[in-house]
Amino acid sequence: MTPNPEKETAPSCVEEGMKSPTESPIIHVACRGIAPCILLIGIYVFFHGHYSPGGGFQGGVLLAAGILLLRLALGPGLSQNIMPTWITLRLSAVGALIFAGTGLLTVIFGGKYLDYHYLHLLWPWLEPAWLRYYGILLVEVGVTMTVMTTLVAIYDDLLGC
Amino acid sequence: MSFLQDAVAVILMLSGTFFMLVGSIGICRLPDFYTRTHAASKVDTLGILLFLSGLAVFEGFSQSAAKLLLIIVFVALTNPVATHALARRALLFGLKPWYGHKDEKEER
Repeated sequence: MTPNPEKETAPSCVEEGMKSPTESPIIHVACRGIAPCILLIGIYVFFHGHYSPGGGFQGGVLLAAGILLLRLALGPGLSQNIMPTWITLRLSAVGALIFAGTGLLTVIFGGKYLDYHYLHLLWPWLEPAWLRYYGILLVEVGVTMTVMTTLVAIYDDLLGC
Repeated sequence: MSFLQDAVAVILMLSGTFFMLVGSIGICRLPDFYTRTHAASKVDTLGILLFLSGLAVFEGFSQSAAKLLLIIVFVALTNPVATHALARRALLFGLKPWYGHKDEKEER
């Protein structure tokens, strides 16, 4: 399309301005190619949280960045397929439930909050090191879900959809 | 061989810092939004790309060099697209480009 910097196009741009994406094939193609790579790096960072730099919050932020890039490039309508708006707050509640539930489960089993050794009542055949491994993994699953969906929910709420 | 590797790395990093210097001077000195985005994209793409490739040469064949190469690929993909999106949005919004100081030319 031809750029038209006249004043006739300015008010419609101001009205719809923040909601409609730019109709540029370059941005479309680049964002659709880059967003899966960002999601993959987010999963990589999330699964390396046990023993190297990374973790639940960073992985969740990267996953949210991939989804928000699609929201920015394709518009709020087309990007509903990867994560609908109605599911964001519910998934964040489920993530917080997983995080707090792992801690409260150890309290129920007789230990302190987030004392992973007491999870052996749940998995009696595991060694203490592996109990700690799976306990931290459960906590990180919860943190990742909460951070990712909360950031997407904030963006959707700012857009008003 | 190690001397040659260091020399190539230093040359690449110095050319990267040259592009960063030119781009930052351009951000301060150029008159218009579009020309300033042009200068800023020079800083991002050429400067950081040459600097990171210098660091990758300095590292040699290792895992961190492979990660630096990945960063180079993503910077080279994303930064021109970001600059394109900025300039296109400004043009669609109605921001007019700079056509030169006509009054000053008439006065002179």
